[in-house]
Amino acid sequence: MKTLLTTAAALSLAASAALAQDVIRMGTEGAYPPYNFINDAGDVDGFEIELGNELCTRAELTCEWVTNDWDSIIPNLVSSNYDTIMAGMSITDERDEVIDFTQDYYPPTESAYVATSEDADWETGVVAGQAATIQAAHVAEGDAALIEFATPEETVAAVRNGEADAVFADYDYLKPLVDASGGELVFVGEPVPLGDGIGMGLRESDTELKETFDAAITSMKEDGTLNEMLVKWFGEDIGQY
Amino acid sequence: MPDCTDPASLEGLAWLACYLTTGKHMAFYGAFGTVLLLLAVTAPAALAFGFGGASLARSRIAPLAWIGKGYIAIVRGVPDIAFFLFFVIALDQAFEWARHQIRCGHWDQPIWQGNDFVVCPQAKLPLSTADQWIHEVYGFALAVLTFAIVFGAFAANVLYGAMRAVPRAQIETGHAYGMTEAQVFRRIVVPQMWVYALPGLSNLWMVLIKATPLLFLLGVEDIVYWARELGGTKTPQFTSYPHGDWRMWYFLGLLVFYLAFTRVSEVVLARVTARLTRGQATLAGEAQRKRAAA
Repeated sequence: MKTLLTTAAALSLAASAALAQDVIRMGTEGAYPPYNFINDAGDVDGFEIELGNELCTRAELTCEWVTNDWDSIIPNLVSSNYDTIMAGMSITDERDEVIDFTQDYYPPTESAYVATSEDADWETGVVAGQAATIQAAHVAEGDAALIEFATPEETVAAVRNGEADAVFADYDYLKPLVDASGGELVFVGEPVPLGDGIGMGLRESDTELKETFDAAITSMKEDGTLNEMLVKWFGEDIGQY
Repeated sequence: MPDCTDPASLEGLAWLACYLTTGKHMAFYGAFGTVLLLLAVTAPAALAFGFGGASLARSRIAPLAWIGKGYIAIVRGVPDIAFFLFFVIALDQAFEWARHQIRCGHWDQPIWQGNDFVVCPQAKLPLSTADQWIHEVYGFALAVLTFAIVFGAFAANVLYGAMRAVPRAQIETGHAYGMTEAQVFRRIVVPQMWVYALPGLSNLWMVLIKATPLLFLLGVEDIVYWARELGGTKTPQFTSYPHGDWRMWYFLGLLVFYLAFTRVSEVVLARVTARLTRGQATLAGEAQRKRAAA
């Protein structure tokens, strides 16, 4: 009986200790600079990584990053294999039915078309997009023919090798690529505002964690640190809070 | 070894030497080990599943035979990608559900909350407090198990056919000597079936070698993931080594690796076949005997 009691006490101690130092596992894609990518050292890096780490510090949580394929990023969240998604994921009604979002930490984005020449037919031609994104959904609604790819890299490659007339993606993802292409890639058409900004995705049942992160995001918006981070990663033209 | 602190100032071979030794490339080289380890563990595991499935399928007890045949038919029929996307999640949930029943008596919330699957913290696999390497080992183990189940079903079908290919006369002779069913299986069927199974099994091995890119669906970063990641266009803002779309070169490297690996496999399999053929009542076994006698 005595051993039973001590075991029970040890167990309950272990349980409370486990809760106190619980690790929040943060899911990301690691293939979408400047939001998230793998740096030269092989670690995750980018706007969302820096932001996520700061949010965890403010919320006094221990956080660990996990990379996951974009296609299965939501199923693995609801199955509790990690606890949050920070992967440049726009807040949309469709996704909101399955998971919850914090308030946006990145203002509603503009998406843009990029092609190899100014007169590319982005309106009725073939347009590349990453599968299961708001951009792909937007193209599918229009007159252009959509071809989908699993990764953002492939959507741009499709334009370079002529498979698609244009690629439609986040302006901020495309901009560094256009800048570095030396005139090979150009923006075409007008930017299109899409989505309700980017937020952190969480399980719908995880209301407490959502409130914690919401509070941390609010505090970063209020003291201006979020704006500094946005400018650091996206340049002066970025929308701010 | 050149000084890699400022790669922009380097050129030619010095640049390349620095580029190829970044932490990211080291992870890429490490992934070759991951793939080889996966194959080394999965192949025997799949063979074990296959042997079990085939033995069940030829059982005289109807429910056992149904289980064996059901396993073979269902797993062979489900597309790999669907299997790898959803089965692993289901498997992980099954483990956690079982642990939840044992460990979380005090837990008053439902496990299923809408779309969400939530077990108590003590039932998590691995615990969320566990080190990162434990999570990786667990992911790897799930991958091995999933591969073993999928390839085991194909192996089961091959072995089932091979068991039936053992000449009937041999089995009847065994019975005539008074051996039990189990003895016949152990002493006559199993030793002789391998030579019939080998062509099918070697096909499976070749397919398994090339199926490893499915690993990334399971969260294990394999060589194809790294080749795609490293070869992708890199702009100067996010790396010290900007370059264009180099995926072709990385995939060319992978092509060489896979070709070399499958070639080695072919040589080894040819030797195993020759060894297993010795003394068998097959055409090849007969030819071997005649050559030796001549």
